[in-house]
Amino acid sequence: MRDARPLVRALVDPVSVDRFDGADWTAVIACARAESLIGGLAHRLEGRYLPDAVADLMADARRSAAQARVHALWEAEMAGRALAGLNIPVILLKGTAYAAAGLDAADGRSIGDLDILVPRTALDRVEEALLTAGWEWVKDNAYDQLYYRRWMHELPPMIHRGRDRMIDVHHTILPPTARPKPDVEALIEDSVALANGLRVLSPPDKIVHAAAHLFADGDLAGGLRNLWDIDRLVRRYDAPAFRDRLAERARLHGLSSHVARALRLARSLYETPVDPHLAGRERLGDGLFERRLLARDGWGRECSKLLRFSFYVRSHWIRMPPLLLARHLWNKARA
Amino acid sequence: MKHAISLRIGPFGFRVGSAWPEPIIALAHLYHGYPAPHDRVADFSVRLEPERPWRRWLRPSVAIRGDFMLSDAAPMALAHGLLAAEMGMNLQMALGQRRYLLLHAATVERDGRALLLTGESGAGKSTLAALLGEHGWRLMGDEFALLDLDRGLFHSFPRAISLKNGAIALMEAQVPASRFGPRLESTPKGAIRHLRPGDGAIADMDKPARPAMILFPRFGFERAVRPVLGAEAFVRLTQASTNYVALGEPGFMALTGLVGQAPARAIDYPDGESAIALIEQLWAELKR
Repeated sequence: MRDARPLVRALVDPVSVDRFDGADWTAVIACARAESLIGGLAHRLEGRYLPDAVADLMADARRSAAQARVHALWEAEMAGRALAGLNIPVILLKGTAYAAAGLDAADGRSIGDLDILVPRTALDRVEEALLTAGWEWVKDNAYDQLYYRRWMHELPPMIHRGRDRMIDVHHTILPPTARPKPDVEALIEDSVALANGLRVLSPPDKIVHAAAHLFADGDLAGGLRNLWDIDRLVRRYDAPAFRDRLAERARLHGLSSHVARALRLARSLYETPVDPHLAGRERLGDGLFERRLLARDGWGRECSKLLRFSFYVRSHWIRMPPLLLARHLWNKARA
Repeated sequence: MKHAISLRIGPFGFRVGSAWPEPIIALAHLYHGYPAPHDRVADFSVRLEPERPWRRWLRPSVAIRGDFMLSDAAPMALAHGLLAAEMGMNLQMALGQRRYLLLHAATVERDGRALLLTGESGAGKSTLAALLGEHGWRLMGDEFALLDLDRGLFHSFPRAISLKNGAIALMEAQVPASRFGPRLESTPKGAIRHLRPGDGAIADMDKPARPAMILFPRFGFERAVRPVLGAEAFVRLTQASTNYVALGEPGFMALTGLVGQAPARAIDYPDGESAIALIEQLWAELKR
């Protein structure tokens, strides 16, 4: 198995696994683990006839994801309680949000850190409330603290000393130095309240955020799973009126081209039903993105090293103007 | 990968790949007679790779990678490649295995009933398990005990026993040389030599056993026995488990079930021979 294509096929079309032999399964399982898609795969294959060894392993993956979901929702509840006195909107992001909102994007999804979005004006009070409630800084050196506060869209990561779980407190969804400038007031304004008082982004904003996270905030590590999130979200909400709202929100946040590329890649890899108008015409780079997303072999190893490296360079380039980047790398090298 | 082997230890299939032939040859010898994974599907993959591309040839340095890995695991010398493979397989179990409650403990079985031996490194788990395995007990595992979440049974995980330092000569005196791996000098834990469990342990690896007794041994003290009450046993076993927290409620239920049905004792022993005698005595008292 030279790239992750068989895994992608198995997710899209579970019938394709019927011709797998033991070696094919072993390869797809290793690849799925490396891409954090084993739980998603296990959900897609639920109820299918599988070899006993595979059925057991998939049941393990589903059980493990179900437990991860309990942990993630409990962590959200704990953060919600710590911040309850501030009377501010606390918006769950990414995996925790999908789980809390009962979306099938959360089925089998691993959930690591708790990501929340709060109004920037409340940031100091949020920080203080979390520190009081048992969270502490992961990196407490002056440069990291300064770097995050000046240049990032989130506070430096904190970890709860009793539960050993990390929280990322965002005040917007992209670094302020990135070229797109999402309208964070609109994100908060349109967010949707859950029964427990916590909030999640509106459906189109969830997709816009997922696309921003995929392309504008990193080197596409874990991109296959992030694109799978987008596929699940689009399939969940897709309807003519929704397509218009998605186009409108993408434009509002200055992320139309990101959303368009996400939709094109999702359509190409996961056969996602997308708005052809919003997805737009195929662009030159799409093939490179696709190859980068698939760069994982049947031993779970990263392949296409040069392509991976160029995306790593790109991730810094798009997040920081050149002079700032030089300064950051200089400081990192000295540390 | 260029060199690879697949094998099954108890319920789990492993695929170990390596950039060099030596670790795979050593594994094939040590695990001679082990079955292939169920349905030829490996549950876990382990990779032994050069830490940097040039370290394949130049002062070869083995990085332990796989489905589950520690980012700060130190690379090892190629001469210790077999140990790297063993550590890689252990890591998959400790970090990734979620089917059973995993206890860092040795288990042996007699008459369908299991004895669990647990304690900190150096307590003598592996040595006692190896000795008992040659004296009328079936070795179920020297490192990991697998407690089933539904039925409360121990499942066998009879990987090669990792003998350290003084224990090596002790077992060399009782077991034919063909069951040993190479002697690995000056590893992070001193000298290590792996011992393949007896044929019976491998042939019966799919037979589970009901927990009958829990022991917390301590090596290097005068012989002594102290009963350990359920609450203490429970807490000590949570500390011996790698996945107790991750399993959530089913893990709690399985562990309370275990301490509820198997009495626990802390034992001190000065040497292997007196430990065996003491264990036999406690086991006989248990049956009455």
